[in-house]
Amino acid sequence: MEYLIGIQGPDFVLVAADTIAANSIIQMKHDHDKMFKLSEKILMLCVGEAGDTVQFAEYIQKNVQLYKMRNGEEELCITVTVAEAWLVGWCLCGLKICNPNGLFASETGVSFLALGKRGVKEGIWKGVLCRARVTDYVFWCVCTDLTRDEAVELLKKCLEELKKRFILSLPSFNVRLIDKDGIKDLEKLPLAAA
Amino acid sequence: MTARYDRAITVFSPDGHLFQVEYAQEAVKKGSTAVGIRGKNIVVLGVEKKSVAKLQEERTVRKICALDEHVCMAFAGLTADARIVINRARVECQSHRLTVEDPVTVEYITRYIATLKQRYTQSNGRRPFGISALIVGFDYDGTPRLYQTDPSGTYHAWKANAIGRSAKTVREFLEKNYTEEAIATDKEAMKLAIKALLEVVQSGGKNIELAIIGRNQPLKILESKEIETLVAEIEKEKEEEAEKKKQKKTT
Repeated sequence: MEYLIGIQGPDFVLVAADTIAANSIIQMKHDHDKMFKLSEKILMLCVGEAGDTVQFAEYIQKNVQLYKMRNGEEELCITVTVAEAWLVGWCLCGLKICNPNGLFASETGVSFLALGKRGVKEGIWKGVLCRARVTDYVFWCVCTDLTRDEAVELLKKCLEELKKRFILSLPSFNVRLIDKDGIKDLEKLPLAAA
Repeated sequence: MTARYDRAITVFSPDGHLFQVEYAQEAVKKGSTAVGIRGKNIVVLGVEKKSVAKLQEERTVRKICALDEHVCMAFAGLTADARIVINRARVECQSHRLTVEDPVTVEYITRYIATLKQRYTQSNGRRPFGISALIVGFDYDGTPRLYQTDPSGTYHAWKANAIGRSAKTVREFLEKNYTEEAIATDKEAMKLAIKALLEVVQSGGKNIELAIIGRNQPLKILESKEIETLVAEIEKEKEEEAEKKKQKKTT
């Protein structure tokens, strides 16, 4: 029952992941970080089989570092053919130096470029829902003309909707913003006070 | 006499030599000079840049390579062999980080490279790697290290060393000039490396490439401008020394 969401703005990407680690009906951890830093500007969010996610993510992390060592620059576009073997759905986002932003999502080994319709008016977005398993959701969308604050507002609205409609309660989310200056932690949502 | 024992790597000669390994060491002596110096807070690698053909792009000929963020190496000998060794070492560095969750120590990666080289001196149908490597870096406790490996697969730790063409001349220079005050500051250590290379390199600063790793800092390859500045300083110091000597003679 895990949830990942990514919103791509013109020069930044906003991602959020829930922080619950569960085993069937028991909540094992409420502060589990599902985001893995592959490099200074590339973040990967991973959900799926317990253990597989971490193993997969760390393997990719080290391979990205190896690529960096070999080629003197960071792997900007990662094709993960190895993903077939892993019961992991992941959402990969980061700054590509050639194009402003990249947001990719994959569903247990099937990776496809996730781009909504561009040229959409401010505030309106088109997204695609893809599911790794019945219970896991990876959701992302691309919007142009979105400012950072608007993106955060949009994210809050999504999470409100989730609270309203999703069968399980996901009490807290880790939120991170990636832009050309790197990866920034934003405040956790929902706010504890609310 | 040697002709009978130097065909195959896996054959000892009667007087205990592995001729193929020794010939590999000869190949190393043909390579361009590399010098390594271990300072207090910095490790320096200097190499003699081979003059590049007119139509060749300079950046594709790199003799100093980073193995990980805190370790780098320079080599003397066959460039193609070095590429293989560097590749394996880089993979091993990341593999170590993945399994042990710690960065490699310089000694560990040197031992890995040395073991790799030794394996090739003991198997059939393969020849030894024709390179000597100078591996420098900082361990995670902050100690600077310099190691040297050779084609036979042995490795030693050094305070300062040189490999390649005219390595002996450079090593003698270092033995005379490597003192505590010579490496007192980072700049002094860099100048010592350049001075050592200038002994054997023709045409001065243009043919020298210098790289440094500071504690907790990544590899930095100096620009030619910076090297020119250091060379100019060295020249000035030399002139001042010569002046002083002249004055001493006249007084």
